[in-house]
Amino acid sequence: MTTRIYVPMDSSAEAMGAKKTAAAIVAEAEKRGEKIELVRNGSRGLYWLEPMVEVETPEGRVAYGPVTAKDVAGLFDAGLTKGGKHALSLGLTEEIPYLKKQERLTFARVGIIDPFSIEDYTKHEGFEGLKKALKLAPADIVKEVTDSGLRGRGGAAFPTGIKWNTVLGAQADQKYIVCNADEGDSGTFSDRMLMEGDPMCLIEGMTIAGLAVGATKGYIYCREEYPHSIRNLNKAIEICVKAGYLGKNILGSGKDFDLIVREGAGAYICGEETSLLESVEGNRGLVRFKPPLPALQGLFGKPTVINNVMSLGSVPIILARGGEFYKNYGMGRSRGTLPFQLTGNLKHGGLVEKAFGLTLRELLYDFGGGSASGRPIRAVQVGGPLGAYVPESQFDIPLDYEEYAKVGAMVGHGGLVVFDDTVDLAQMSRYAMEFCAIESCGKCTPCRIGSTRGVETIDKIIAGKERGKNIALLNSLCDTMLNGSLCALGGMAPYPVVSALKHFPEDFGIDKTAAA
Amino acid sequence: MTTTPTLSDQQKKSLDDILARLKDEPGPLFPILHAIQDELGWVPEETVPAIAKALNRSRAEIHGVITFYHHFRTHPVGKHMVQVCRAEACQSMGSVALECHVKESLGIDYHGTTADGQISLEAVYCLGNCALSPSIRVNDDIVGRVSKERFDEVIAELRSAQ
Ligand SMILES: Cc1cc2nc3c(=O)[nH]c(=O)nc-3n(C[C@H](O)[C@H](O)[C@H](O)COP(=O)(O)O)c2cc1C
Ligand code: SF4
Ligand code: FES
Repeated sequence: MTTRIYVPMDSSAEAMGAKKTAAAIVAEAEKRGEKIELVRNGSRGLYWLEPMVEVETPEGRVAYGPVTAKDVAGLFDAGLTKGGKHALSLGLTEEIPYLKKQERLTFARVGIIDPFSIEDYTKHEGFEGLKKALKLAPADIVKEVTDSGLRGRGGAAFPTGIKWNTVLGAQADQKYIVCNADEGDSGTFSDRMLMEGDPMCLIEGMTIAGLAVGATKGYIYCREEYPHSIRNLNKAIEICVKAGYLGKNILGSGKDFDLIVREGAGAYICGEETSLLESVEGNRGLVRFKPPLPALQGLFGKPTVINNVMSLGSVPIILARGGEFYKNYGMGRSRGTLPFQLTGNLKHGGLVEKAFGLTLRELLYDFGGGSASGRPIRAVQVGGPLGAYVPESQFDIPLDYEEYAKVGAMVGHGGLVVFDDTVDLAQMSRYAMEFCAIESCGKCTPCRIGSTRGVETIDKIIAGKERGKNIALLNSLCDTMLNGSLCALGGMAPYPVVSALKHFPEDFGIDKTAAA
Repeated sequence: MTTTPTLSDQQKKSLDDILARLKDEPGPLFPILHAIQDELGWVPEETVPAIAKALNRSRAEIHGVITFYHHFRTHPVGKHMVQVCRAEACQSMGSVALECHVKESLGIDYHGTTADGQISLEAVYCLGNCALSPSIRVNDDIVGRVSKERFDEVIAELRSAQ
């Protein structure tokens, strides 16, 4: 009998040697005359266990990890193809607490299916949302998304249904769906995981968006740093077109939707939606003034839906199961689930999809297992390089857009970067300003010049030069950037700095008791 | 640095092919620049007039786009591209010390190429491997949990795989 063995092709799994592990498994099976079918799946997101190998058994899938090439012969000795016991055994995959405790909606298939198998995809509810959408009027598709309470997962958390409605209402000969796959935030990788591990989910979500607003063409703008995502998307698009789920006359409906992947070129600012559009059009990535909204005059001047990968990737299940189903997860105005990304100095880094409302403490300790270094966790940067540094006193605030905003922090794209007590928040603040200076598009002065002044001022503070005066200067500089920048790069780069000053003044040489 | 190498006939033909193939795409400049860099390893200044002509845009505009984006290179690079992640998650796991080691062991700074022409070095800001930081990218592959020793191994492997 042929045994199905899974070894992820996910970039992070390969970063730990998955390709060599896969090759070793094939070679070992051949040597022993054991029949196997190797599937290169996505990652389950239990990254500290990568490369994680799974074997299909009558009881379910059994996991082993981390499996390097040199472990492979021993695993076969222990009866790998029958799910035999070994020092690297993790038991039934679905029973691993890290996975079992999650609420995987957007990531329901990632790590389970072969990313290029239509059969696998449809067996796991794939294209159910599309089939439903094909039977609905455009306004009813939009209504389903509005009812779900889905808000943009790219950072700004704008209600997706409202955006779609604006584009639906716009009159034009051509409309576009653009997927923002620029995922530039440090501490994030959920877009990448989905594009590599379940690219058809994004394709389906974009096709549904096209049907909803009357767009017949879509672009996926994927960052250049993700070559494997680009490869997988292109391959999946080809397969979907051949199978009739994409392109001309989708499933015989008479509706068309074409999808093109565009590669970025290493500019963080191109994650900002109007800069992204400039880039697709072949220009420098200068941020555009708004209005006009991209929803009315977006790509090539036409009405355009721009959404993050996670937003669009959540659409298929919303359509398949209904807006109400999705809305039942979450708290307050943060509905549904968010795929949190646990990164940095953590023992168990990975992807945790949960309904909004859980706390950082649960993520850091119940899931993350505490710091990788074994030292106390001192600060967590939530929401990317423009997000605040959150101190332990705030670890119990529920992860909810509004609750975080109340304390000057943001949930953003759901990335957490964990630092132990060796971190120097003055240095991290300096880096935040440096990053802003490097990535500024240069259109407005507070961002372009302010960030460079910020670096200089923090350097003086670190060196102990006229500390009081320079801290006042830094605060006023942050204020100018916050209020005078055209987009959130300059407008939010002060958040990490201000939060560091507020919660960790001692790192700037300020007496904690004296600081207000 | 001041002398611009001339494109070989072969390279000129590649350029013409790329332009013919892509110039009628909507928003053709990015696909064209990527194709040129994939083919030649960089985007030589000499390609600018041909691109400008094919797209009916000014040379200054094309030049402006090329220089705006970190990824497009206006100088030739080594056989292998090594990028070190400088972003926060990697910093939390010691990337600052790793950066020092990388520069010292290769004997070059960012934007530099080793004397043997084997390895070029660039900084990068997040590779999406933040759960297994610190991270580097070697050509199109990521390496995770990069210690100094692991880095040396990777480089040795690159150099021996000629
Ligand atoms: C500097 C900057 C970088 C951004 N980077 C990204 C990004 O990488 N991915 C993303 O989806 N949105 C990013 N955004 C947000 C986008 O401008 C936009 O809000 C988003 O694509 C809308 O999609 P959503 O509503 O589905 O979130 C960024 C914004 C700014 C100001
Ligand atoms: S804030 Fe910075 S990145 Fe944003 S538009 Fe102004 S200069 Fe450009
Ligand atoms: S911060 Fe280095 S890989 Fe993300």
